[in-house]
Amino acid sequence: MNYDQARWTDDDERYEPLLSEKHTAEADLDDSPLPDELTRDSLELPDLSEPELARHYTRLSEMNYGVDSGPYPLGSCTMKYNPKFTEDVAAIEAGAVHPDRSPESVQGNLELLYDLQDYLGRIGGMDAVTLQPPAGAAGEFTGVLVAKAYHEHNGDERSEIIIPESAHGTNFASAALAGFDVVELPGGEDGRVDLEALEAALSDETALLMLTNPNTLGLFERDIEEIAGMVHDAGGLLYYDGANLNALLGRARPGDMGFDIMHYNVHKTFATPHGGGGPGAGPVGVVSELAPFLPKPQVEKDDGEYGLFDPAYSIGKVHGSLGNWLVLVKAYAYIARLGDPGLSDASAKAVLNANYLASQIEYEVPYGPFHHEFVASAGEQDAADVAKRMLDYGVHPPTTKWPEIVGEALMTEPTEIENRKTLDQLAEAFNAVANEDDDALAAAPERTTARRIDQTAAARDLRLSWQALDEE
Amino acid sequence: MSGHHTPRGSPFAPHTAADTEAMLDAVGVETEAELFDIPESVRFDGEFGIEPRSERVIREEVAGTLEKNDDLVELLGRGHYSHYVPSLVDHLSLRSEFLTSYTQYQPEVTQGFLQALFEYQSLLVELTGLGVANCSMYDAATALGEAATLADRLRQTSGTRVLVPEQLADGRREVLENYVGGTALTVEAYPMDDGNVDVEALGNSLDESAVMVYAENPTVRGCVEESLEAIGDLAHDNDALFCLGSDPVSLALLQEPASVGADVVVGAADVLGLPTSYGMGMGLFATREEYVRQVPGRLVGASTDDTGRRTYTLTLQTREQHIRRERATSNICTNQAWVALRAAIHAASLGPDGLADLAKESVTDAKELADRVTEVVGVKAPVHDRHHVREFVAHTDQPAPAVAADLEDEGYAVHVLGEHHIQLNASALSDHETDDFLAALAEVAR
Repeated sequence: MNYDQARWTDDDERYEPLLSEKHTAEADLDDSPLPDELTRDSLELPDLSEPELARHYTRLSEMNYGVDSGPYPLGSCTMKYNPKFTEDVAAIEAGAVHPDRSPESVQGNLELLYDLQDYLGRIGGMDAVTLQPPAGAAGEFTGVLVAKAYHEHNGDERSEIIIPESAHGTNFASAALAGFDVVELPGGEDGRVDLEALEAALSDETALLMLTNPNTLGLFERDIEEIAGMVHDAGGLLYYDGANLNALLGRARPGDMGFDIMHYNVHKTFATPHGGGGPGAGPVGVVSELAPFLPKPQVEKDDGEYGLFDPAYSIGKVHGSLGNWLVLVKAYAYIARLGDPGLSDASAKAVLNANYLASQIEYEVPYGPFHHEFVASAGEQDAADVAKRMLDYGVHPPTTKWPEIVGEALMTEPTEIENRKTLDQLAEAFNAVANEDDDALAAAPERTTARRIDQTAAARDLRLSWQALDEE
Repeated sequence: MSGHHTPRGSPFAPHTAADTEAMLDAVGVETEAELFDIPESVRFDGEFGIEPRSERVIREEVAGTLEKNDDLVELLGRGHYSHYVPSLVDHLSLRSEFLTSYTQYQPEVTQGFLQALFEYQSLLVELTGLGVANCSMYDAATALGEAATLADRLRQTSGTRVLVPEQLADGRREVLENYVGGTALTVEAYPMDDGNVDVEALGNSLDESAVMVYAENPTVRGCVEESLEAIGDLAHDNDALFCLGSDPVSLALLQEPASVGADVVVGAADVLGLPTSYGMGMGLFATREEYVRQVPGRLVGASTDDTGRRTYTLTLQTREQHIRRERATSNICTNQAWVALRAAIHAASLGPDGLADLAKESVTDAKELADRVTEVVGVKAPVHDRHHVREFVAHTDQPAPAVAADLEDEGYAVHVLGEHHIQLNASALSDHETDDFLAALAEVAR
């Protein structure tokens, strides 16, 4: 499989020019209704006709790779197909509501949110859910704040959060943002939590253990009940990072495993388009004991009427309004589309695809058995180079160089959407690259819009706007 | 049977029965269930009680649910506005190469989105006059929280107080308090005077214990802040950062933040590109170049590729959580990139004059509505003797909650700000709606 991405070149110096290079103009700031001392002196912005803009952004889109373009097995990111109808469901009518409306006048919005809370609670095995966090990391931060408030409410101030070394970087950052010290938990020899290391890490200062299951190596933490017991015995709480929930839908629930708090990445598990980096949404579920600490307000239903209430010991707010509403609408529509059989089939096929692909590639794949993803090692090759070369085969490469437990990691998650033929093509791409020499890898990519980009230069000589380019 | 179009499994899993069989064989198991390495005690049977529905049924169902919302003309504002979004924005931003892509970790194959984000950053650099803008925060409230933690990193040796106006959009202070909860910072309110900052009171409460002074232009009550330079001077005299809240539309007309000494600009950038969307937003964050290594969130920079052509890539990623973990400048990972794309397309489609005209109309619309509202018996507007952008506060002789409730019965949503104040956003009204609204107001305010 080969691939040629669009490449709109204007001249030898650049690909598609910037808007500012096409045409700019000074804004007419005359006839200002405000006195001069309150207004700006000048404003220069791009000034293009609609057809020129249509062509500019169409060209840019052609120079961009999405899930609809081809395979996107980016480990831990769960890049699956997004049904088109969810965009329509979340279009005009859903968008035209102000967040400060009275609850009585937005019964429809509140009903949909209430139903989504209910769905997520059932899927995660959680007693209460807040939809406010606007992304997965915001969900982590919310969960950490809930744990902190819970401990403080019990007169039990704790300063530490334990996180496995292979965890998502956001876990560490969210814990630090909330003021906790991070205790890093080394992995065991089988790639899972080492119970002895956990015992050593636990103390009276342990507020929380943050864990994803299956973990970032795609391995299920089989000792999860024992882990939960140990954390709870130490007086701590157990947090589930929902980034890998796609592997568990309908097969196991974090609440049943002993987790007290979890976040859902609805943009991963429930197929909301990633939009080039967001928006996502990161609802948080908790067991009933922690419900009084959730952000305010919460949606409630009483006698057929929907309303908003503030939980008794709420941590306050983590978003200016109720979070990323349009993303939540899409998540609701997706869950409704799949229902029980679809959700558990999605996870069955995601796990089948990961295991099948792992069995077809020549790179070493340590550990196992796998759930939704696996981490291969590029061995002697540089994983970043492998990734660049894979682009030439029309494949978005895996996540590279992480987790660091596996040398030159290629973290691969095909999701349930790829058919057998595509998986075979993916494996062919892996295997072709595995047998190429360093020169071929260093020259890649050749068939994408841009050739290899100098990222060091970008960081050394910062040019972060077209104004900075003009200064040259 | 493939099962693609039946409710037996996921409609988005393409496996034929034969493929599934062959793949299970290749892996060496007989059933999918065997692949799940889950202890018996925590296995789940897959029954959530969620009935699968067809696309058509769900569209009807959600439309039916949302129809239960009352059909109100919204005169609500306070940070959320519904400017008309040109059709071009939907058509281009919904192109699936944009919509279905991930963060641009492989720049060679994502030049399109990177360039669009670079253009978004540049737009904000032009509007704010500050050298660096990131590629988005969740909303204005979280952007303010990030500004405070930036101030904490820059001013670690002295000071713990963050000063914010006593008049602030709902929730903004609470979000800020959560963001600074892990630092030694405390949040305090300073007084306002007739809708603007009480500069004298602010000066009296300032000393070197302050790390950041936050002000807004326009303020939450729609007033144009008239003392920005003095506020900036006060902040700098006390070695505090001056953080200014604003939005891209009013920035097309109002004083350039850099010219009044702003060190950081935050605010709601979703005012371009998104309707009110029940509060879904996009936060802007811009600051001085000298602070670039402390900036939260993603940055796109220009570089070159092996052919020497100009290209774009995410840069300074060593600040970010996926590399620096607990020492990152922020925990933000997934941001609002697609909304930033929409904002850039919206701004480009307005062009310089269109954006400036929108800002000018925001001022004249507010003035015209206030002039007409104040002719209604029982109402005086605007309460603050200031210039306004989009919205203003009106005094009602009747209790404001009752006036608002009666207006809601008549089909209008307004803010209540206390016993005798309501707040009205003029930019939401068309001409005929204005006449009808004034008639309704006359009915309920007497």
